[in-house]
Amino acid sequence: MNEFTFTSNFWNLWIIVLTLANVFACWWLIAWSSKKRPGEAATGDVTGHTWDEDLAEYNNPLPRWWLWLFHITLVFGLVYFALYPALGAWKGVLGWTHQNQYEEEMAAANEKYGPLFAQFASQPIEALADNEDALRIGQRLFVNYCASCHGSDAGGGPGFPSLRDGDWLYGSDPAAIKTSILDGRSGVMPAWGAVLQDKGVDEVTAYVLTLSGRDADAGKAAAGQKHYATYCAACHGADGTGNTALGAPNLTDDIWLYGGSPGVIRQTIVEGRNGRMPAHRDFLGEDKSHLLATYVYSLSK
Amino acid sequence: MSHEVVEKNIGLMAVLILLVISIAGLVEIVPLFFLKSTTEPVEGLKPYTALQLEGRDVYIREGCYVCHSQMIRPFRAETERYGHYSVAGEFVYDHPFQWGSKRTGPDLARVGGRYSDEWHRVHLINPRDVVPESNMPGFPWLAENTLDGELTPKKMEVMRTLGVPYSDEDIAGAGAAVNGKSELDALVAYLQNLGTALASRR
Repeated sequence: MNEFTFTSNFWNLWIIVLTLANVFACWWLIAWSSKKRPGEAATGDVTGHTWDEDLAEYNNPLPRWWLWLFHITLVFGLVYFALYPALGAWKGVLGWTHQNQYEEEMAAANEKYGPLFAQFASQPIEALADNEDALRIGQRLFVNYCASCHGSDAGGGPGFPSLRDGDWLYGSDPAAIKTSILDGRSGVMPAWGAVLQDKGVDEVTAYVLTLSGRDADAGKAAAGQKHYATYCAACHGADGTGNTALGAPNLTDDIWLYGGSPGVIRQTIVEGRNGRMPAHRDFLGEDKSHLLATYVYSLSK
Repeated sequence: MSHEVVEKNIGLMAVLILLVISIAGLVEIVPLFFLKSTTEPVEGLKPYTALQLEGRDVYIREGCYVCHSQMIRPFRAETERYGHYSVAGEFVYDHPFQWGSKRTGPDLARVGGRYSDEWHRVHLINPRDVVPESNMPGFPWLAENTLDGELTPKKMEVMRTLGVPYSDEDIAGAGAAVNGKSELDALVAYLQNLGTALASRR
């Protein structure tokens, strides 16, 4: 849509007439007020006004240079109106708009950085992971776009995976990392509280703890194993090592996305988890995501 | 008429002063009410849902606009970080708009969809749980305060008189849509909608 489409042409004329009339009025005011009047005191004489007994006003005209500054501002204004979009729908001789200024800025940046990104984008991530320039750019991008969830050191936090511990929900393959960035991920751990009931949840919690070699009540763990085989093994695998195709975490490595205390594990089982990594394809594009994937890949290499 | 007449007649002087200072407003502000790019919504812009509208009121009440702007300017440095620059037609359902004027925190004009709901919850309750460097205050009470939706239909009716196209059904269902939700739910719903009407960049 044209920036300058008014509901009626009246508003176009309204702006033009008022603006030009205003400039003319300013000029008239200067001319009018600097005109000599009959009966006026001579230049340099007192005007006859006296305040506070002896405070007199001299009739001194505005200094010439000052007067000329007024005229120069008027001329500047008129020239500006001609060159830039100022008078209603008038687009200005220069054709300047803030959109095309922005587009020029982007085009200049693309010309400068485009080939650089393209050159990196054409190389496989495995090879780029040793390229210091690529990693430096990748790190800057990471701090800008990823750090608010994954942390500026990529160490993650509860619910937001660490990217430097070598444990991957969706696989350590560079292509999988890039897919996570471009298309996002949605973790789906259903809530099992209603199915397992309190006792069952306790048992499964105990069993999950033992999967990572941690202490738990042996009797409960044994009972939990049966529930695990029924409800959990489909995603987390019979041996608990997870499934990168589903993003089901490995439960045997004692790395915990939401926290590894028995209480938090219990909460995860009862309420389920729905971790979400937003998609960045539209926002960042292929090339930047490629460098980001390179940086992330290099962290655990 | 001369200088002296104006100086000695305060009523006339007041009128002339008013005339002078109103020129800029008449030329620069009034025509915007009749400019299509500022009065017509961009394609795909939807009015806030009842829950989002309540979230917006929480946003205003907590003074989020004091530290966060909602206005991406058309500069590369801004669009690289935040996405497509803001256009006037995105704000026609905002009464009042939340453009803000200061960025102690980042701009939020396109924060919708950038983070997960869960991130927003953790972050609003205690920002340092996810961003250790953050100096944003925590808002833990938002999770505890529950909305009853009693005033929501009224708010939507007021918005309708201001030109937001809510239907009668929207307004009738507003209370139920909000009742029982926490202020945190509402604020997250509001944030997740921000800037999503316009494709983010490419």
